[in-house]
Amino acid sequence: MIVGLDVGGTHTDVVVLQGKEIVCKVKILTDHENLLDTVCFGIFEATRDFKPQSIKRLVVSTTLATNAIVQGKTEPVGILVASGPGINPNGFAIGEHYYPVSGAIDHRGKEIASINEEEILEIGKKLESSNVRNLALVSKFSVRNPSLELKMRHLLADNFDTVTLGHEVSGQLNFVRRIATAYLNAAVAGISRNFYEAVRGCMEHQSMQTPLEILKADGGTMTQESSTRYAVETILSGPAASVMGILAFADRTKEEVVLDIGGTTTDIAILVEGVPLLKPLGIRIGGYNTLVRALRTVSIGVGGDSWVRIEDNILKVGPERKGPALAYGGTEPTPTDALVTLGLVKGGDRQRAAQGMQRLAEQMGEGVEEAAETVISKTCDLILEAVQALVDRVNQMPVYTIHDLLEGRVIAPTGMVVIGGPAKELAPHLQDRSGWPVQVPPDYEVANAIGAAVARTTCQVTVLADTDRRYVYAPEEGHMDIIDWRARTEDVVKIAFRLLRQKALRLGADEDDLEMELLEDYEFNIVEGFYTVGRNIRVKAQVKPGLIRPYREAAV
Amino acid sequence: MKANRKTGLVFFPAFDWAISKTHPEREERLLYTQDQVFEEGILDIEGLVEFNPSLATEKDVERVHFCVPKVDAVLTESHYISAGGCKTVADAVLGGEVDCGFALVRPPGHHAMRVVHGARGFCNINIEAIMVEHIRQTYGVDRVAIVDTDCHHGDGTQNIYWHDPDTLFISLHQDGRTLYPGSGFTSEMGGPNALGTTVNIPLPPETSKEGFLYVMDRVVLPILDEFKPELVINSAGQDNHYSDPITGMRFCAQGYAKLTEKLQPHIAVLEGGYSIEGALPYVNVGIILALAGIDYSWVREPDYDPEELRQSDEIRSTISSTCERLLEERQQCASKRKKYLEGDEFVQRSKTIIYDTDKILEEQKEMIRVCGGCAGVLKIDSYADTGRHLLGISVPRKACSTCQDIGRQWFEEGSIRRFDLVCLQDRVADAYEVKRK
Ligand SMILES: [Zn+2]
Ligand SMILES: [Zn+2]
Repeated sequence: MIVGLDVGGTHTDVVVLQGKEIVCKVKILTDHENLLDTVCFGIFEATRDFKPQSIKRLVVSTTLATNAIVQGKTEPVGILVASGPGINPNGFAIGEHYYPVSGAIDHRGKEIASINEEEILEIGKKLESSNVRNLALVSKFSVRNPSLELKMRHLLADNFDTVTLGHEVSGQLNFVRRIATAYLNAAVAGISRNFYEAVRGCMEHQSMQTPLEILKADGGTMTQESSTRYAVETILSGPAASVMGILAFADRTKEEVVLDIGGTTTDIAILVEGVPLLKPLGIRIGGYNTLVRALRTVSIGVGGDSWVRIEDNILKVGPERKGPALAYGGTEPTPTDALVTLGLVKGGDRQRAAQGMQRLAEQMGEGVEEAAETVISKTCDLILEAVQALVDRVNQMPVYTIHDLLEGRVIAPTGMVVIGGPAKELAPHLQDRSGWPVQVPPDYEVANAIGAAVARTTCQVTVLADTDRRYVYAPEEGHMDIIDWRARTEDVVKIAFRLLRQKALRLGADEDDLEMELLEDYEFNIVEGFYTVGRNIRVKAQVKPGLIRPYREAAV
Repeated sequence: MKANRKTGLVFFPAFDWAISKTHPEREERLLYTQDQVFEEGILDIEGLVEFNPSLATEKDVERVHFCVPKVDAVLTESHYISAGGCKTVADAVLGGEVDCGFALVRPPGHHAMRVVHGARGFCNINIEAIMVEHIRQTYGVDRVAIVDTDCHHGDGTQNIYWHDPDTLFISLHQDGRTLYPGSGFTSEMGGPNALGTTVNIPLPPETSKEGFLYVMDRVVLPILDEFKPELVINSAGQDNHYSDPITGMRFCAQGYAKLTEKLQPHIAVLEGGYSIEGALPYVNVGIILALAGIDYSWVREPDYDPEELRQSDEIRSTISSTCERLLEERQQCASKRKKYLEGDEFVQRSKTIIYDTDKILEEQKEMIRVCGGCAGVLKIDSYADTGRHLLGISVPRKACSTCQDIGRQWFEEGSIRRFDLVCLQDRVADAYEVKRK
């Protein structure tokens, strides 16, 4: 049996799966002030009828890191930043203990200025006296050469609880995002460690021996042990949980749109042959752009409880929510009221809903039912416009080769899978207005918890080789080795897959679930004068987001 | 971080295109620039917008060039994209989406002249001219200034706009006696109908930041003020850099950024620049920040040493006397123009053009009508050692009716027994007509 738990804004959902069957569903209220109780109680409620030994996997998706960051309840972080030449680093200040320091690495990974040890030690002392316990150490181009970050760690690590190094949070180029990502990781590392250790404690208390796994923003999982080093990767895992839950019902031969229609917002994602698209660089949170791998989801302010009104003779839906639907005691009409008025949703106060529609109908000069139809159409159209905008943005992603520009893949979805409160009722309307077949999967109201339960471990590696300087380097792994001067792309790809496999297994992956793929491979000559002196080879590979084995095969 | 001026970027390194494996114009030319731009997080800055390039069309090319034997024969996809990238930036600027823009594209174009038999100076088609004529055709812009800050003389752009009084072409470059293409002297000031709208400032080798900025203040900015262009284009070649392998100047990233800040071009277009590790990453970041109005004071090369790059007194005085001579020669444009108007109706010149990249030699005879009412109709008889013989007639954008009639007549008289092809570039009708053997 496997267990999935997803902490949502209002409810926390837990499911227990036996094979492909849901043997237990639990929905409890989320207590944001005491998330630990919510999670532990959820696990307890869902599993108490089963033998602890029969639980083989337990995955949680929580709002812990997200809430800490958004509400500013993180721990103080001392951040040392070696920028070297470029944009003035004072513009990137983050937190209250931000220190630009000397030292520089260039784009080929050459150390062009070393750090000043005294300067670093001095800052270390200052941080200690301010009671800062977490450190983030970042240099520009550390994904080409980590030497400055490693030296800083060597000088400071002993006196701090957690240390986050820039090159370990991501292999991508983007110094500003690296600063933010390392900072946020350090800011939630201690909180995460304490929290997940406590959850693990609850599980042990119930005699559950299975390791605890945690869902990340890219729809993959990692083990509790890794969650300190990669704490920031657990932010915004909620939308990812829903998408992963839908994956089991997606058509692996098509491009499809996934919608999670909630009360206030609708989340949109795109699946290509059953694999969700990822954000190009990383997710944005609390005003910061990061390098945290995440599913490419877009949230728009249209949902079942969106405020519906006429403004300047135009029908408006959302983005504001003024409370629940009239039918459920609210004060303003909503799309849900339109559904209730038409009898599509049973339950709630139909008379109140109809009164709301009547008000709109008068302003629009239509009949009540006609007005309700118009509200539903408008709601669907807003969602479909946002879908189109997302598809367009994906197709307009910058490319850098003639081949990609002229022959690059164009995404053109031909179907839709919809979950969320009003999914069932809106589905036929969405189908009408888009012309795409629309599916509503069974148990869609707990798709998020199912998603957490069945998501596989994901990860990514970046490997760079410079055969002129004879080295190969995988920043996220801290792996540095010498390489033969004759090495070509295929040799570097082999190294990448080997490292990826090791990393995935370390993060808790099952041998059977290593669906690895090459994301990128470039090979450039390094020419000095008019002679080729070596090659600059760049490879990225990932274990793609997907489902663990039995569920993968269940897919349509 | 926020841009003070909204800036559009087309960044297209064309990682799968090269003239040859070790040619300076090869796949990884913009690789390290891309690394630096990505690592600096420039594309995340609010107000910096990245676009994919569009593709230029045959029609765009024919507005500017006579391609021999035809457009498709002298262009590859990379050229359509490079020119298309400039158009994309232009559309974003002219459409009001951004305040200014930078087309970081390759291959370059400023050595491509009106007639194209092949590639010269790594250029096949003139991407700035194609962009400018697209702008004029689409947005009704009239007066345009192109300031070429590549180390090599922008002889292609000069050739295309030699007779156009509405296009001010200013080129700063290393003295033609010391570098390809060997032209661009102060006395080159434009054809009989466009005297003074071509400006050449040859600079001695080892000119540094001080010299470049002096020329900006003393010559470039005052002439721009006087010309009052609606649009300023910068052919932003980066081979004046002290580390460039094929030139001899001592310019630097700080200098390029400062120059950009002074010039405030609406659109910058990358031209040359072959120090792909030591210069381009820093110069391009400097230019982008300067365009966007963001602090660039921290941008410098790792090995930058202002002391070592200091300009000698001798260079300083050479530059200053070049500037004074130029300004003096410009004084005579009006009287020269008067003489032309009083003289022959048609003026001829002949020249030999070398296509160093494709190893072609072209002999050209050019005839322009001296006209008081327009830029004058132009006829070019061009024979290349490929064996191809072209007669090209260009009727300018605002041609008077006499010049239009003459152009039509020349085209009809042009015999395809004598020429392989006869082309009429009719900018009044925005049409291109061809007769072939
Ligand atoms: Zn040049
Ligand atoms: Zn005329």
